[in-house]
Amino acid sequence: MFADFDFNVIWRSLPYLFREGMTFTLTLTAIATVGGLILGTLVALMRLSSNAVLSTFAASYVNLMRSLPLVLVIFLFYFLMPYIGQWILRADAPVQVGAYTSTIITFTLFEAAYFSEIMRAGIQSIPRGQVMAGYAIGLNYREVTRHVVLPQAFRNMLPVIFTQTIVLFQDTSLVYVLSITDFLGAASKVAQRDGRLTEMYLFAAVVYFAICFTASFFVKRLQKRISIIR
Amino acid sequence: MCRWPGHCMGFGSGCAWGSLGGPVNYNWNWGIFWEQTPEATGTYFASLMSGLGVTIALALCAWIIAFVVGSFIGIIRTLPSKWPVRLGNAYIEMFRNIPLLVQLFIWFFVVPELLPQDLGTWIKQLRNGPFVTAMIGLGLYMSSRVATQVTAGINSLPKGQRMAGTAIGLTTFQTYRYILLPLAYRVIFPPLTSEFLNTIKNTAVALTIGVLELTARARSMQEFSFQVFEAFTAATVIYLALSAVVTIGMRYAEKSLVIPGFNGGKA
Repeated sequence: MFADFDFNVIWRSLPYLFREGMTFTLTLTAIATVGGLILGTLVALMRLSSNAVLSTFAASYVNLMRSLPLVLVIFLFYFLMPYIGQWILRADAPVQVGAYTSTIITFTLFEAAYFSEIMRAGIQSIPRGQVMAGYAIGLNYREVTRHVVLPQAFRNMLPVIFTQTIVLFQDTSLVYVLSITDFLGAASKVAQRDGRLTEMYLFAAVVYFAICFTASFFVKRLQKRISIIR
Repeated sequence: MCRWPGHCMGFGSGCAWGSLGGPVNYNWNWGIFWEQTPEATGTYFASLMSGLGVTIALALCAWIIAFVVGSFIGIIRTLPSKWPVRLGNAYIEMFRNIPLLVQLFIWFFVVPELLPQDLGTWIKQLRNGPFVTAMIGLGLYMSSRVATQVTAGINSLPKGQRMAGTAIGLTTFQTYRYILLPLAYRVIFPPLTSEFLNTIKNTAVALTIGVLELTARARSMQEFSFQVFEAFTAATVIYLALSAVVTIGMRYAEKSLVIPGFNGGKA
């Protein structure tokens, strides 16, 4: 069945696939992870705060994002953002937001909801006694959160955060629907140009598999190491 | 190479803004749902509803595959012998480490090419080709997640349960059928519910191979009518309603399945 398999097309398109495609995939993954983690931590703190307005807002945001398909959110934000930009900048016309910028913002906001659930679990895993001890020695909310709760929460949740990053890395392939040249987008463009769908899609699968498999292997090792420390 | 509807649909996405210039304000029109679609097959509302129908049908069909295959793989990973466990692990790694979209493309574009020619051609000409492909692809993708849950559920049971089964002379099959599985499925009911919700959400990916489910319908409504907000608000509300219905339904189902005295059930 591999008789007319053309490995050459893969070889020829390697620079394009990795230099253009994979670069964007990794950039998007990195920005969305870091941005989503920061935003998500803030959302988690809001959700756990005693202020009813803040916690309701955070809870609704998280629940809304988590019940929508990512594909829908990608489209939604892509079409919505020009109008939001117009509103914020008080411009006359909808602001042009490129597909690239739009997906980066979309993924950051979308992943913030998932990371916030992870961070919430992490924060709640810290015994209340530590927080109280912090207050007892005269720290304020900011200091307790910054120096006592978050470092431990972050550390406990590290394996889960990495697992979520792997999921995110896989999900970035969905930017295909905006015809962006991420790794899969690049593979699919070559596939359609040269009529080599079989080779290109199988190769894409192999690459994704290799990366995710290796990454989850290291996450498993990290998990073991951390569980001993605890 | 664009033989299939939807496969290249992304390439025109930018056009909505290309021609805009000068002061433009958004024209709200919530009455749009009752207007006819350009295909003249009915109103936009009817189009969205048919999309919802496809989403539900696809989610249910894929879930059946995911549940059956996932249970099988999950169970063999808890067997005492080595090879079934390795096989199960390999299966899970395989389906978990490749993005769903890539898996769908492989089922849709690659698999028919690798099959014997007659069979491949027959599959390509299937009227419901995209739907069937999405069902298989999504079902197998989700099956790896179901399998993880099933294994976890069985392993969470006290060892004594399995030993008791052996002690009263049950075969391995009987131990699973009458003791382990009824308990394990109740333990993993909540995570399985959320995997089912994930299945519903993941059906949206099927629009890339031309399945006209809810998101695809919302997108085509946006494309034809330019009523971006109305189209996507409607889709959002429908997805929220759908997941609310499933969540509430599952909560009732879970309550009715509780065994008194076990797993938090009142004795």
